[in-house]
Amino acid sequence: MKCRGDLRKYVVVGRELPNPKVPVPKMYKMTLYAPDYVTAKSRFWYFTRQLNKVKKTRGEIVQCDRVFEHGNQVKNYGIWLRYNSRSGTHNMYKEYRDLTSCGAVTQCYREMGGRHRARANAIHVIRIEEVAAEKTRRPPIKQFHNSKLAFPLARRVNRKLHTPRFTTARP
Amino acid sequence: MVFELYVEIGRVALIKCGPNKGKICAIIDVIDQNRALVEGPSIKDGVIGVPRQSMRFKHLQLLPYTIKICHTTRTKKLTAAWEKSEISKKWMESAISKKLIASERRKGLNDFDRFKLMKAKQKRQRMIRMCMGPMPKK
Repeated sequence: MKCRGDLRKYVVVGRELPNPKVPVPKMYKMTLYAPDYVTAKSRFWYFTRQLNKVKKTRGEIVQCDRVFEHGNQVKNYGIWLRYNSRSGTHNMYKEYRDLTSCGAVTQCYREMGGRHRARANAIHVIRIEEVAAEKTRRPPIKQFHNSKLAFPLARRVNRKLHTPRFTTARP
Repeated sequence: MVFELYVEIGRVALIKCGPNKGKICAIIDVIDQNRALVEGPSIKDGVIGVPRQSMRFKHLQLLPYTIKICHTTRTKKLTAAWEKSEISKKWMESAISKKLIASERRKGLNDFDRFKLMKAKQKRQRMIRMCMGPMPKK
């Protein structure tokens, strides 16, 4: 998977195709985060075939719907994930503050790439949960749980100092 | 260097980038180190609002006005607090706002307007120099 832009939340339901051995197969549902529905279906099969004896060739997707989230309140999200590093595979629990779970998961993928050089295809988001403020564990998240929070915006650098570097029009 | 303007709930800020550029909004909540949840109420006297959304601090310029609100207040209460503190009025009267309006006008001048501006500036300079002339030189 490639974490393109902002990830979207999909609910994918699939099953193996009915056959003489199993006339009514079990349905498996997954809520996952992917950049588009094509990748969502692909990841669904990736996980399903790891856990069940069914592949895309012998199965069908019953439903692949996007779940829209509206975010007007800041929430704390706890994300349990598993990722492959160069030398092994590890579990992690990370926390993010965001308006939607999609935003939090996108942040997670970006952070994993930055801090651990983990590519999106090496990351499995196991679980994502909205966490109440008292139950958060990470100090960078807890520091925002302050109703009297106030901080200055220090060192405001003019990033557009050299765009353009030379010009004929006065700024 | 002492900081005067703080990011806090209720701080009014000017949006510098994006589709809402030039509008003012209030910080309703701080998402994290880089982002705030902002909203600018739509006031009757033509002040266009900013819908509730997350905004990067890099795109905001803090202003010396605050309103008294709790975190993540509803739009109605926000508008009431905004009008109580008369933020729109204070903003319209502020120097920054006037400069922004003037610079917008300046960008929209056509060639004839720029010619008229040049003539007006010349006239003004002439009047100033006429007054400066008879002043005793030190």
